[in-house]
Amino acid sequence: MIEVRGLDKDWKEFSLKDINLEVKKGEYFVILGPTGAGKTLLLETIAGFHIPDSGEVWIDGHDVTNLPPERRRIGFIYQDYSLFPHFTVEENIEFGLKLRKSASQDTNRKRLEEIMDWLNISHLAHRYPATLSGGEQQKIAIARAIAIEPSVLLLDEPLAALDRRTRDYLREELKRVKRELGITMLHVTHDQTEAMVLADRIAVMMKGRIMQVGTPYEIFNKPQNEDIADFVGVENILSGAVGSNENGVAEIVVDMGYNIFAVSDYHAGKVKLFIRPEDIILSEKRGESSARNVIRAKIEEMSDMGPLTHVRMDNSLVALITKQSRESLGLRKGDEVYVTFKATSVHVVR
Amino acid sequence: MKLLSRWPGIEKLKREKIFILSLFLGFLLVVFVCITLGNMFYKQAEDFSGLIYAAKDPVVLKAIGISIAAAICSTLIAFFFGVPLAYFLARKEFIGKSIIESIVDVPLVIPHIVAGIALYGVFIRSGVIGAPFEKVGIAFIDAFPGIVIAMLFVSFPFLVDAAREGFKEVDPRLENVARSLGASHWRTFTKITFPLAFSSIFSGAILCWARGISEFAAVMIIASLPRSASILIGERFTSYGLSGLPGIAGSRPISVLLISICLVIFILLRLLQGRRRK
Repeated sequence: MIEVRGLDKDWKEFSLKDINLEVKKGEYFVILGPTGAGKTLLLETIAGFHIPDSGEVWIDGHDVTNLPPERRRIGFIYQDYSLFPHFTVEENIEFGLKLRKSASQDTNRKRLEEIMDWLNISHLAHRYPATLSGGEQQKIAIARAIAIEPSVLLLDEPLAALDRRTRDYLREELKRVKRELGITMLHVTHDQTEAMVLADRIAVMMKGRIMQVGTPYEIFNKPQNEDIADFVGVENILSGAVGSNENGVAEIVVDMGYNIFAVSDYHAGKVKLFIRPEDIILSEKRGESSARNVIRAKIEEMSDMGPLTHVRMDNSLVALITKQSRESLGLRKGDEVYVTFKATSVHVVR
Repeated sequence: MKLLSRWPGIEKLKREKIFILSLFLGFLLVVFVCITLGNMFYKQAEDFSGLIYAAKDPVVLKAIGISIAAAICSTLIAFFFGVPLAYFLARKEFIGKSIIESIVDVPLVIPHIVAGIALYGVFIRSGVIGAPFEKVGIAFIDAFPGIVIAMLFVSFPFLVDAAREGFKEVDPRLENVARSLGASHWRTFTKITFPLAFSSIFSGAILCWARGISEFAAVMIIASLPRSASILIGERFTSYGLSGLPGIAGSRPISVLLISICLVIFILLRLLQGRRRK
């Protein structure tokens, strides 16, 4: 369990402002934020590499704010693996084990073999880090960190420097670490997919502040403000005013001049509307759908993004459709289409 | 010219013009060093018996021994105080850091005769540092410690600068990870940081040692006795010239002997360093 209370820190061009966080025991917690948000600084401060200007850090119910890093029982994993280049793989993993006063040489040896086995890296034991691939190096870094049986594992963009296949594979390994070893994981990243796939909960961090904490669903579908929405890929951000509200469904007149129905408690006033582009369906005919919002629009721009196509309409709405549906609909620039989405897909904030 | 333009390599050479110019100009410097030293060795080889005579002369051997020993002492002192300073400078940002760094490099830019004069004023028996040492029985003027001090002053920046760059190249994240794995700051330094920076520190130490041996001016002011090699060479040159007289070794054979010994030690150390790196 990690608790951060009222943490402030200024360091070089980065800063942390009144950070409050609670990561539950055994939870996979992801801090998601753009570059320069202070994510690494937060992680390093939790690890004890920096002394906070004010505030407290608690790990497993102990105030560790004034403890040096070596006494915090944490594992730390960096993006660039940070293996000791002058040690072999085995020596890297053993480094922390040898520092444990309690364990004998035999138990250390056993633990080393157990871990290498568990991560399937025994064959690399006598190699030097420089001779290994990125994925292998990161596995060694994971092995080294979990060898000392830390209560929490701090991961700083651990997959960012890897190619996609290795990244997908290591993502599963990280899930396994959490699932089978029950270690509390605190992972920082700027990658939304990574956050969505791994996290039990996500905190969005921007400009040194925690902006929102919630489940992946809440973060990606119910962002609390425009900045968060923009960062998590909500491409439809509209302004409007609530006209009426019937049984919790508000009819909102957007600035572009059409009406959108949204599930909301607001009865009046100016609001912002967020709709994820993948929640929008395009069709040639007005379909038999229960969706409350069906709007006629003209396709202004289409860009191919591999398996998905990004479609921009003349009413500024944006949809993400699969390549298959684009082809079956035969969509082209200038076509008139029906834009359909549910009232529950629209998130409304003040 | 027409014939030349048909030569297939000419286009390539045209594109490499600046490198060819660089090579030519730079090569002159290399030739400059080779001719100077080569000539000395060649002339001495013609008078091989003179070299043998110098190599058997106890005065000469003692002087060379003193130079090597004093340079080792000054390098060890530079190491002991310089490595911590270098680590601090590599890791910490603070107001006035550039001033400290400039002060460290001052000995590199002041004339060494001036360094000798300055050291003399401080290390004489009544000097700020000389006086307290005098009380515990250590004298500097015309004594072995004086040679060490003169060498130290002019050579320690080489070690500090090289060590600082070496420490800078060690990623602080490696230290962070070591700490997270349970290593104290001290242990992290001895097991991770120092071994990784060692190669640079060692190169700096070799430079520091070599620079120490070569010192003449500062040593002459503060401790021309006991005679160290460079002082002896200087004396023999002014009194007996290059070749010397029958029964007295000249400045050249002593010089050849000194740099031969230094080169052998230097090459051995480099080999040792190379093996370590593997």
